Amino acid sequence: MSDPILSVRNLTIRFKGDGRETQVVHGVDFDIHPGETLALVGESGSGKSVTSFALMRLLPEAPRCRIDGQIRMGGTDLLALTEPQMAAYRGPRIAMIFQEPLTSLNPVHRVGDQIAEAIRFHRKMDRTAIRARVLELLRMVGIPDPERRMMAYPHEMSGGMRQRVVIAMALALEPELLIADEPTTALDVTVQAQILDLLRDLQKRTGMAMLFITHDFGVVAEIAERVMVMYSGRIVEEGSLGAVLERPRMPYTSGLLASVPRFEDAGQSKGPLGTIEGFVPSPDKLPAGCSFHPRCPQFRPGLCDQRMPELLPHGRPAHPVRCLRAPDLSLVPEVPA
Amino acid sequence: MLRFLVNRILQGCVLILIVSMIGFAVINLAPGGPLSQYAMTPGMSQADLDRIAHQMGLDRPLPVQYLDWLGNMLTGDWGRSYRDQSPVLDVVWRHLGATLLLMGTSTAIAIALGTMVGVLGALKRYSIFDYMATVGAMIALSIPTFWFGLVAIFIFSLELGWLPAGSMYTVGDQSLGDYLIHLIMPSLVLALVNVAIWSRYMRTATLDVMHQDFVRTARAKGLPRWRIVSAHIVRNALIPMITLAGLQLPTIIGGALVTETVFTWPGLGRLFIDSLGYNDYPVIMGLLMFSAILTVIGNFLADIGVAFADPRIRLG
Amino acid sequence: MSNPQTAPLSSPATTSVPTRTSALRRFARNPRLRKFMRHRLAMAGLVTIIVLTLACFIGPYLLPYDELYIDLRARFSPPLTGAHIFGTDPLGRDIAARLFSAGQISLTVGFLAMVLSTLIGTAIGLVAGYFGGWSRVGLMRVTDAFLSFPSIFLMLTLAAFLRPSPTMITLIIAVTSWMEVARIVEAEVRGQAGRDFTIAARMIGAPHWWIMFREILPNIMGPIIVAATLTVARAILLEAYISFLGYGIQPPLPSWGNMLNNAQQYLDSAPWLAIVPGVAITLAVTSFNFIGDGLRDALDARSVN
Repeated sequence: MSDPILSVRNLTIRFKGDGRETQVVHGVDFDIHPGETLALVGESGSGKSVTSFALMRLLPEAPRCRIDGQIRMGGTDLLALTEPQMAAYRGPRIAMIFQEPLTSLNPVHRVGDQIAEAIRFHRKMDRTAIRARVLELLRMVGIPDPERRMMAYPHEMSGGMRQRVVIAMALALEPELLIADEPTTALDVTVQAQILDLLRDLQKRTGMAMLFITHDFGVVAEIAERVMVMYSGRIVEEGSLGAVLERPRMPYTSGLLASVPRFEDAGQSKGPLGTIEGFVPSPDKLPAGCSFHPRCPQFRPGLCDQRMPELLPHGRPAHPVRCLRAPDLSLVPEVPA
Repeated sequence: MLRFLVNRILQGCVLILIVSMIGFAVINLAPGGPLSQYAMTPGMSQADLDRIAHQMGLDRPLPVQYLDWLGNMLTGDWGRSYRDQSPVLDVVWRHLGATLLLMGTSTAIAIALGTMVGVLGALKRYSIFDYMATVGAMIALSIPTFWFGLVAIFIFSLELGWLPAGSMYTVGDQSLGDYLIHLIMPSLVLALVNVAIWSRYMRTATLDVMHQDFVRTARAKGLPRWRIVSAHIVRNALIPMITLAGLQLPTIIGGALVTETVFTWPGLGRLFIDSLGYNDYPVIMGLLMFSAILTVIGNFLADIGVAFADPRIRLG
Repeated sequence: MSNPQTAPLSSPATTSVPTRTSALRRFARNPRLRKFMRHRLAMAGLVTIIVLTLACFIGPYLLPYDELYIDLRARFSPPLTGAHIFGTDPLGRDIAARLFSAGQISLTVGFLAMVLSTLIGTAIGLVAGYFGGWSRVGLMRVTDAFLSFPSIFLMLTLAAFLRPSPTMITLIIAVTSWMEVARIVEAEVRGQAGRDFTIAARMIGAPHWWIMFREILPNIMGPIIVAATLTVARAILLEAYISFLGYGIQPPLPSWGNMLNNAQQYLDSAPWLAIVPGVAITLAVTSFNFIGDGLRDALDARSVN
């Protein structure tokens, strides 16, 4: 395999507030390779969004938030850069699209100007060249009549169109890595599918890598090649799409998979959708042992509540799993594939 | 757009009408009443007073007098000053320039300073600067403007001799520089309260905008910090400030009144105080109406300004 | 807000002493009170106001001079001349004595004007917010009209035509500064009118006045208290403005504002005439503004819990 374009080592994130320090991400390691799509999956509160924001260095500044570890990109540790140096990475090297297309555009500027702005501060280009590039980008993300649409304000566009604008903005400088933080969650189902198609297509054309953050395994199956499942600030299972989706070894992954509605089941209901009982624990009140044990159907007293399991290879094909019971459990997805 | 215009003009008219009723009632129901200036004249008998009252139409019922006055006002006849018999509108017009010069300069200073202090305070929240600005604004709001003016005159005119103690120009030297040097102290003194108010609101507005998603998007685009602050944070935080500027107009006019008195500035405020001294009812009433009309126009302009600054708002 | 004072009323007289201490203790443990006590500026303001009030009301008895005593040989004595700690005025009257008795008038006018304008504002806001519809439109339009011209214009007009006694000045300030309170109360009441307990009270047939005064008013006391505190500051300032311009409290009765009335012409020779009363006004107004700020932090429903 080629050298990773981004490698994260022992990433640890703590928030400080009201005199307390809360650790929300615990020593996360992963690599992203050129051209691949890595999905980072978990419920809200699992630390997946915080992790992605840390890669862009978009978290609050030093006293309120402490980030340790390394985020290496082409031999440079992004965490060691000054803010202006980091700004030079945002856009041409890493770009990001967000969950809420409604609020992630500035309401008082024309969308064309907002895309142009992303180019203007990184490339020495004249007005006409920038305008041409903006039109090209709008066409590329499938916005009809771009000459007219570039003059529009965000509130004059639909949610799907706005998300296309955000994507155009992120792709303006052809980044090596695109971080997509739940980009389809706020959209209608049909629009969701269009945006996923668009991202897949753009990735094919530009060859960029993508880190795709989601809570929805349905979306993961559509887009990802590799999957990383996160729970309570730790990676709990990691592997190829096939390995994780078809032979999950961590009960949390199985639970998430069981909660995805399937087209095949439509009309022939086999009872309620599977759910995982309870909630993600608050980061400052993590249970002893495996963080997932209070909700785990395979919980074994005296084992799971004693120590935190390591991330070790299990299963066939073998892939890293963080579960003490993985050796003696042969799990299959509750809904057979 | 047309509906908005008609609506706002109607609302403004209702407001001015209510103001005129309040003002008219106050002036005409007061114990002295418009006749008091004649009552002071020696040798004036009650019969003479009654005759004057009849001539001036003061013996008619108040609502009739009001309607009469209103009709005249609408046709541009605001009455004549008791002092020199010149039309009220002329008198107001003569003093308008000085007041607008003072208010305009002072408001420009207040907006510039207040925006800076407010934005810096928000960006460096809980810093020493922010704390000082907060406490400083509260103290600035508590200092009587006229007293601040007196202290400024004492320090900068009497002790240091840097600036003139009052009036708008030196007789015989009406150069631009002369006007400017006379303008410095009164406009800064008048600006103090407004810097305080403006910086407080600007701080709140900036904090509101700072944590919105589009600011994060702007950072994700790799924009330099100054560009994020200017084009995304301040640009959006200024929108509610336009409305505030309209609403603050009465406060600024009121502040101008005392500032003009302390600095013997020949504007509407001084005219008002002088007219009070002479019981010059038509001018007093005219100034009350004028300030209300100015406020209504100011708020109207503010609404249009907001619509220009915020594409989401359509006048209609 | 819970009201600890109501507890002892229901208990028998024999046990009232222990109950009162426990009520007092409960009051001292009130999180809002503690929050207010931790607000340093508010506490500084409170202490300043208490000291200033004591000085104004007790000070005159401790000074060797009467505020009306004229000593033409001692005209324009600078501060710290003999027993004249703040000096004397153009008639040789002791400024400290005048400052303190002026303070009695200025503080009383400010306080009473606050009480009156808060009552007017609360009444108008309650009616407008509770009944809504045309009464709201009408009352709030009048409120807007009052707000849309500089209140100092109206105040001076009134003061110029009416006999400016301290009572009249208090009334004039009150009728020209109730609008803020009215707006706040109206907005709060509108928020409360649709709440469950209000609707419940309507269903059991409680009369309107009962709902307004017993159900709604206690729930919006916080914002009213804050607005009232800031109104004291405003009223003291307004009295100073109109007295400075010569239409307020009339000499020989001293007020902080009218002490400054002639100060400008002696600014060169006797600057203390301007400085001393101005500092007193600024201190008093700043203190009330600080207290108001502390109360806002403490009583803001969102900031507790």
